[in-house]
Amino acid sequence: MRITQGCFSFLPDLDDNQIRDQVEYILSKDWAVGIEWTDEPHPRNTYWEMWGNPMFDLKDAKGVMMELDECRKAHGDGYIRINAFDSTRGWETVMMSFIVNRPKHEPSFKTWRMEADGRHLRYTHELVG
Amino acid sequence: MNEMSNSEITDKKKRYAAGVLKYAQMGYWDGDYQPKDTDVLALFRITPQDGVDPIEAAAAVAGESSTATWTVVWTDRLTACDQYRAKAYKVEPVPGTPGQYFCYVAYDLILFEEGSIANVTASIIGNVFSFKPLKAARLEDMRFPVAYIKTFAGPPTGIVVERERLDKFGRPLLGATTKPKLGLSGKNYGRVVYEGLKGGLDFMKDDENINSQPFMHWRDRFLYCMEAVNKATAATGETKGHYLNITAGTMEEMYRRAEFAKELGSCIVMVDLIVGWTAIQSISNWCRQNDMILHMHRAGHGTYTRQKNHGISFRVIAKWLRMAGVDHLHCGTAVGKLEGDPMTVQGFYNVCREIHNEVDLPRGIFFEQDWGNLKKVMPVASGGIHAGQMHQLIDLFGDDVVLQFGGGTIGHPMGIQAGATANRVALEAMVLARNEGVDLKTEGPEVLRKAAKWCKPLEAALDTWGNITFNYTSTDTSDFVPTASVS
Repeated sequence: MRITQGCFSFLPDLDDNQIRDQVEYILSKDWAVGIEWTDEPHPRNTYWEMWGNPMFDLKDAKGVMMELDECRKAHGDGYIRINAFDSTRGWETVMMSFIVNRPKHEPSFKTWRMEADGRHLRYTHELVG
Repeated sequence: MNEMSNSEITDKKKRYAAGVLKYAQMGYWDGDYQPKDTDVLALFRITPQDGVDPIEAAAAVAGESSTATWTVVWTDRLTACDQYRAKAYKVEPVPGTPGQYFCYVAYDLILFEEGSIANVTASIIGNVFSFKPLKAARLEDMRFPVAYIKTFAGPPTGIVVERERLDKFGRPLLGATTKPKLGLSGKNYGRVVYEGLKGGLDFMKDDENINSQPFMHWRDRFLYCMEAVNKATAATGETKGHYLNITAGTMEEMYRRAEFAKELGSCIVMVDLIVGWTAIQSISNWCRQNDMILHMHRAGHGTYTRQKNHGISFRVIAKWLRMAGVDHLHCGTAVGKLEGDPMTVQGFYNVCREIHNEVDLPRGIFFEQDWGNLKKVMPVASGGIHAGQMHQLIDLFGDDVVLQFGGGTIGHPMGIQAGATANRVALEAMVLARNEGVDLKTEGPEVLRKAAKWCKPLEAALDTWGNITFNYTSTDTSDFVPTASVS
């Protein structure tokens, strides 16, 4: 199944030119780009692995694309996302996040239902190959 | 009438002699007053009865919303009454509207109980709107001192934390209200929720009047909706939610429904504005304690916000709600089926989202407002909007908004999932294009058409609704239209 996290998952996968345009938008806002990857795209898996720290002082999108290439070489069959961090007071959070790499075969989720008192159900989701 | 007639009578014997004085003479008008940083300020639009002096009318508003009654009372002299008297300090004609005046009133901070919107409203709108010397009155805007703002906890979640919890950034959120509003059984209702969420929406929503009617008990609705939410989460790998409407006849019942929503793992509950200020603040506390997002449906507001000459502007309601503590607030669409002039609606959004409002007369913001780090409220645009308006919506409101397409999702010719997908694709294509530097105002329709070439559901949506517009004249419009600069 296609996991639809991130802000562009309903579009065809972005090519490198499109990714660079988005990175340039991020840099134009003075946000810092962070690259993260994971093999476990569970919606509650908040902390993907960081491919280095967010690139705070970087001004040129080329630098991000080089890091992305390196990350792809190492984790090409995982998920990779680009995050944008804003340090402005009142935000101080991620302002954008989109997937730029997917594995050839995407996993899916199994829903577990535990019946409890009354008609209560407890749900949990498990990532399955 | 001579010049002196609006001056406060300073001779105490004359001032407190039994009988009736003008409000201005009693000390509720002071044209030289400089508002203090700690004052609460209110701007009223008043329409005095024929022959009533606007300054005396303004003084009456200040008087009736603070200490005054219709006649002199000697018991004033037991108090530091001059400080308790609100002061009307400025009266000016409303541009282009004969007979109406803007009247500015300052209130000392001591007049308000900390952390109580009920008390603010009882003071500011308690009495004056029925006052006979005025034909009509409207509360246009308010300024609260930071000291008072800090007595409120504000939104339990706020935009930043909501996005972090949902793991959704960089685009507006998408929602839809389950339709038909009334009549679906719990099982059928949950079907609509599942289809919408699986198709690409972030949230589905109960409508304002879905509570616990004979056709669907609230517990049934909650159970089936949470099945739908969880199933859609598994089908997409995304966090999903459904605003469970916990509005009920008593506070006890609202808490009961809120607790059940929590037990079932819902991330969000909703209440209607008509539950009242005290109930809103109570349920906001409950939400803060239980990591629950609080969605506010502004049911009923049109009865007093829409007409410009009488009532309360929605920007004031939005300010009160940010203080009272809601996370989502319906603020209008500008382009949809419900009332709303674009600039005026943007003003409401700014009240919700900015950490500091500057004076912005074209958007109806009359006062600077420092929000004292109170969290931001996520505005909701809902009511008669469709995918064909995506460029206008993003251009008007930016990323921090929930766009809700009810009919525009559920009425899709290829089904609910297709309707949801059409909206999500239109949204993402538009955000991508904007970030690439495309001018949405002029090229937005082209962006939609391009995406529709590879997305059948979007093509069908544009074919069905592409030409639907609601071009009616707004009633609640700005009094200060910007004039083009000469250069």
